[in-house]
Amino acid sequence: MIRLTIDGKTTEVERGTTLLHAARFLDIKIPTLCYHPLIKPFAACRLCVVEVKRSWGMELVPSCHVACQEGMEVSTGSSHVLAARRLVLELMLARWPNVPILRKYAAELGLEKPRFASPLRDEREDACILCGLCVRACDEVVGASAISFAERGIGRRVATPFNLESESCIACGACALVCPTSYIKFEAEDHRGKPPEFLLDPNTAIYMPTAQAVPKVPSIDRDSCIHFQTGGCQKCVEVCEPGAVNHKMVDEEIEVEVGQVLVAIGYDTFDPTPMAQYAYGRLDNVYTGLEVERMLNSTGPTGGRVLLKNGKPPRAVGIVHCVGSRDENYHRYCSRVCCMYALKFAHVVKERSGAEIYNFYIDMRAFGKGYEEFYSRVLNEGANVIRGKVAEVVQAGWSKQKEGALLLRCEDTLIGRFREIPVDMVILCNAIEPRRDAEQVGRLFGLSRSPDGFFLERHPKLDPVATMTDGIFVAGCAQGPKDIPDVVAQACAAAARMMATISKGEVEIDPVRAEVMEEYCSGCRVCSALCPYSAISYVAERKVSQVNSALCKGCGTCVAACPSGAMTGYGFTDRQINAELEGVLAV
Amino acid sequence: MKPKVAFYWCASCGGCEEAVVDLDEKILDVANAVDIVFWPVALDFKEHDVEAMPDGSILASFINGAIRNSDQLKIAKLLRAKSQVVVAFGVCAQLGGIPGLANMSDAKGIFAEVYRDGVAPVRLHRENGHSLSLPEFFDTVVALDRVIDVDYYVPGCPPTPKIIGDALGALLGSNLPPKGTVLAPDQALCEQCPRKDTRPEKLLLKELKRVHQVVADQQTCLLAQGLACLGPATRAGCEAMCIRGNMPCTGCFGPTSRVRDFGAKALSAIASVIDSNDEGEITRILEALPDPVGTFYRYSLPSSLLGRRRME
Repeated sequence: MIRLTIDGKTTEVERGTTLLHAARFLDIKIPTLCYHPLIKPFAACRLCVVEVKRSWGMELVPSCHVACQEGMEVSTGSSHVLAARRLVLELMLARWPNVPILRKYAAELGLEKPRFASPLRDEREDACILCGLCVRACDEVVGASAISFAERGIGRRVATPFNLESESCIACGACALVCPTSYIKFEAEDHRGKPPEFLLDPNTAIYMPTAQAVPKVPSIDRDSCIHFQTGGCQKCVEVCEPGAVNHKMVDEEIEVEVGQVLVAIGYDTFDPTPMAQYAYGRLDNVYTGLEVERMLNSTGPTGGRVLLKNGKPPRAVGIVHCVGSRDENYHRYCSRVCCMYALKFAHVVKERSGAEIYNFYIDMRAFGKGYEEFYSRVLNEGANVIRGKVAEVVQAGWSKQKEGALLLRCEDTLIGRFREIPVDMVILCNAIEPRRDAEQVGRLFGLSRSPDGFFLERHPKLDPVATMTDGIFVAGCAQGPKDIPDVVAQACAAAARMMATISKGEVEIDPVRAEVMEEYCSGCRVCSALCPYSAISYVAERKVSQVNSALCKGCGTCVAACPSGAMTGYGFTDRQINAELEGVLAV
Repeated sequence: MKPKVAFYWCASCGGCEEAVVDLDEKILDVANAVDIVFWPVALDFKEHDVEAMPDGSILASFINGAIRNSDQLKIAKLLRAKSQVVVAFGVCAQLGGIPGLANMSDAKGIFAEVYRDGVAPVRLHRENGHSLSLPEFFDTVVALDRVIDVDYYVPGCPPTPKIIGDALGALLGSNLPPKGTVLAPDQALCEQCPRKDTRPEKLLLKELKRVHQVVADQQTCLLAQGLACLGPATRAGCEAMCIRGNMPCTGCFGPTSRVRDFGAKALSAIASVIDSNDEGEITRILEALPDPVGTFYRYSLPSSLLGRRRME
């Protein structure tokens, strides 16, 4: 450690610390122009000069560049220092009279008008003051060296080679970021803090995936990160105190050997575009349930406010239940969660926007604990509920006053009338549907699917979390549409079932199972594709198929299917069955 | 004295006779090793010559072709009586073969089709005190072992020279295989297929194709390319000759010893790769095979569980 005195205050700093850092550590303000904490000092502007006591007297040094020395005595505010700074600024102001940062420092030093006149006078506010930050950022930090100082003396300026568009420039924007006068402009919008739905790419090269990301750690976007383009930068590593940023990490595939798998791949939502009558994607202010959910989110694009596309709050909102569910043309099943979230929307949208709410339902399915009470509450709050399926959503009219307004046409089956309800926002409660990769996942785990496309449980009443494949369990909407309490209950049940097997330490299997007679197997693999339990695999070394007797349930599909009769079913061999038949038929 | 051997053809195309000639110079070894006493296609012996022989005097009779008329039945029985060993030679004798597809019709139907507006043959014709008779044309074609006791089978349409050589070797050797043996390997053809490793672990297809509809890739499993290759159900032994010629297996080597009905197993092999649970879609996929009997029972209809079409 080094001990020194700055403006009479004594402090200890580490070897190598600059005077500027030491002063800032003591809360002593020193103006800077060509200095940036993440770029090597350059000492070009001389605005940060301080006075250091030497054996021969007082010396003016640039504090950004000079390292602290044992016993140093430094003065940052002496008249000598201030006069030097004032002169520097006076000279700069003579050339660039309107640059805000110069004017700010000048005002701080009580300088009103420079005494000098410059033939190079440049009255722009965003003039280049030749601090060199951009050149050094591009060279040191980014490593692209796309810009440099060109010419000498009064002709000095920042430029690309030969003033041509540079191939070395990676358009990272670092030069614009450090430019104190905005002489260099980067035309990309700064998206920091904006919700991701407004962007096509991550807004910064290192970013938090979502506001509620789990785990809550940022990730690096390799395509935008300067380090992955030039090998330089890594400023995030320098500023991250815990040292958590690691550019060397790569995606890896990890193989984990497990005995049981819980398949909980969730769901997709129905795309209402094919239902042309609801005008989704065609008319403005027609949204799906998840889109509105995002709008209501406090970290969402509107900060949780309910707004129309024109930025005004809606006066009337129509909420359409059963979009794509309970519909012969799309999904016949009830999506189960929509009635309740539609009522939640009715409640929240009314609360936040004061709009008139119309819910259009076929049957109100408020089946869960407390749900019926919530339904009553929403009714009491004044939401209108209309029993009838909406026939179509149309534009209300072409007059200026009605621009953007929508009409919902439906039959109100309780009063037996056709109705047209004018609204300015429509929320389509679209169905939950199986994940688009459910088929591949099902094939991977040997799961069958019910006609609606969701994974089939072993028994709808007595075994709702297990599947026909031992050790494979299902939970959540992968098995069928359900709300959060049901999902939690099912997932807990599945976890308990798995824990039970683990604590028992062994599994019992049925003695009835199939086996390959390897000397007769041709390795045609007809059996592997048919096995509903994925119990058959092909042994490439011996070129035969093999039955995993722990997985085999003895269903006999492979035995019947084996085209060369090389598969045999224990307890049900052809010889045994033929002998039984002969016995039965022998009178 | 050299052992005596007889060859005879019943309902067949003659390909099996060609196959014997196809042994090339080995035929001379055969002729050296045995005494051919009856071979209508090549040598001038008559039925009465055989009748004159004592029972059991012929070591082995190789009979190819299915039994479709009374004359073939008579000679088959005659040779059985004179021979120690009868070998059903080729898939027609073994399972009924291509002539067996006539079981989709009957004698009347076939005559009506073939002689539609012409002169139909009559069994007995008399003219000026002379008479000419034709053998009886049966309604149903049967395999050889349905009319006589058969000791061994040599499969194939026709049997390949290697299979014939191996079969002769087995019969002339000291250890005779058990009676009823098919003289070929007892595994399915995939075992010998050069494209075996290109078949995916789980083969599932949305579309089946026929050979005239595609130019098949020469390296990949033909079934994986959507062609109804019956290799998985067919007995090995031919060394995948058709597949090496880029044509799918049609099943001429018949089933393995553990399979009772070849066509049913072949059908199950093809059906297993169809990737659909929807009845309409399955029907559409299977429409690519417009002739299921001709595809799956091409060589084995008479010996199958079906046997023939129902007689009116």
